[in-house]
Amino acid sequence: MATPKVCGIETEYGIHVVNGDPNPIAASSVLINAYAQHVARQQTGWDFEDEAPGNDARGFAREGSMPPQVETHLVNTVLTNGARYYVDHAHPEFSTPECRDALECVRYDRAGELILIRSMEAADLAVHDGSQLVVYKNNSDGKGNSYGAHENYLMDRAAPFTRIVAGVTPHFVTRQIFAGAGKVGAETATHDGNPVDFQLSQRAEFFEEQVGLETTLKRPIVNTRDEPHADPHRYRRLHVIVGDANLAEVATFLKVGTTSLVLAMIEDDISSDRNLALADPVTAMHEVALDRTFTRPLRMADGSRATALSVQWELFSLARKYADDRGLECMGDEAIGEEVLTRWETVLHGLETDPMSLSRQLDWVAKLQLLEAYQDRHGCGWDDHRMAALDLQYHDLRPSRSLFARLDTERIVDKDAVESAITEPPRGTRAWFRGQCLKKWPAAVVTANWDSLVFDLGTDPLRRVPMMDPLKGTAEHVEELLEACTSPSELLDRLSS
Amino acid sequence: MAEREQKKKTATTERADEVVEDVPAASATGEKLKAELDDLLDEIDEVLEDNAEEFVRNYVQKGGE
Repeated sequence: MATPKVCGIETEYGIHVVNGDPNPIAASSVLINAYAQHVARQQTGWDFEDEAPGNDARGFAREGSMPPQVETHLVNTVLTNGARYYVDHAHPEFSTPECRDALECVRYDRAGELILIRSMEAADLAVHDGSQLVVYKNNSDGKGNSYGAHENYLMDRAAPFTRIVAGVTPHFVTRQIFAGAGKVGAETATHDGNPVDFQLSQRAEFFEEQVGLETTLKRPIVNTRDEPHADPHRYRRLHVIVGDANLAEVATFLKVGTTSLVLAMIEDDISSDRNLALADPVTAMHEVALDRTFTRPLRMADGSRATALSVQWELFSLARKYADDRGLECMGDEAIGEEVLTRWETVLHGLETDPMSLSRQLDWVAKLQLLEAYQDRHGCGWDDHRMAALDLQYHDLRPSRSLFARLDTERIVDKDAVESAITEPPRGTRAWFRGQCLKKWPAAVVTANWDSLVFDLGTDPLRRVPMMDPLKGTAEHVEELLEACTSPSELLDRLSS
Repeated sequence: MAEREQKKKTATTERADEVVEDVPAASATGEKLKAELDDLLDEIDEVLEDNAEEFVRNYVQKGGE
């Protein structure tokens, strides 16, 4: 039986300084500090004790590979909703708390957008030199520099990594047909100088290997970072770097929901009778991004040909049968699992018959529709600078400038639920314990990270509370206990008794 | 006890709000969609950055992750 698919999204936002010091590290720090000091009014630091991003899931480190460095000197905060908000390299990054299902993940991803918007507003008030910080939820600057929107999924350690790679690669190569955020032009050497007007994905062309540890160089379709942030004997955290940041809620929901289902099937060793292995996943990844007719065949490992759409239909059919046979408990909520399947089917059908009918659901379609309408009105072509400008401004998070915000895309999370997710943690994961402790005793929690909290009770030594199971520390487990405790000392006493 | 029950109820309600509801398929005709798109384009002409070329050129990021 598959492990419940606890999930989360970490988004690196683009940041641009208008009329000021262009240093993105300084700008990101100002942005996050402005939020921590003036909006959240709380600043619990991150604890780096358990960070080991260089561990490889395959049990070895490849010669010449470059594990990412952990930067400890930059701004790094934990919020009462259980999220992490920090400066990563040269970007502000928001990591949602651990969510119980795909819909909750959309809710917290959206809350992250609001947090970034409020950070910009707070920074506007804090900075008096005429400069303005602007944040973009995209994944590339159009000049060959990409930054990520990573997903994370809880998995059973017993599932062999080779099976995960084989099972998930066809999905990662082809899911961009609905999960891509769309992009004008191309920016890497993968196109041999051929002109490209529009791609389904922001990120696809940046992938150069099928499997690997790196995230910034030679990006792999399947990332092998083995840092479970949980009991390593029971769990794995699959760190997924292949996706785009989505603004359309349905796109985020499908991206996380379908991937959760595919991973659950891998754990339960369910696979297609058809061999879905691609002959060359990296090339296929680039090809899929360029084909908006959905008819281009990809070379399969067994010598046959298949379109991205047919690979997706096969995965969908498999998941449909899996759900009928075994239920959808692993999706956190059966109804949400069913909703994933219904929408998956609808979207594949839409892509097959009339892709532009999905402009309220998918980012790339919404963007393409806008670009084509603009071309019609102004009689301009794909090489007009305004195409790239519209693309960029689609992702601008400022309500006054955002083009996405002007589109009537479908919302699947209630506005109030997004608002409450800015401060309230999810109830069904350990994020609940983290968030509530921060809320209740902000001064006593000196640092926090995914799998522990460190308390300063005013007496030596500091006390660490481990949280090695993402499914414990939920409201169901500890709400009563937390309500009953009047001090952090009492909590720690009761936890250790 | 009563307070706890109340809290639980609130949480359930909030959860229910989140659950995806079927939205009826867009009933708008092509004409209506076009009119909406026209209004949108008018608005975009207002908010699009003035100098598109410079705006795009100035947006430079460091690679991340």
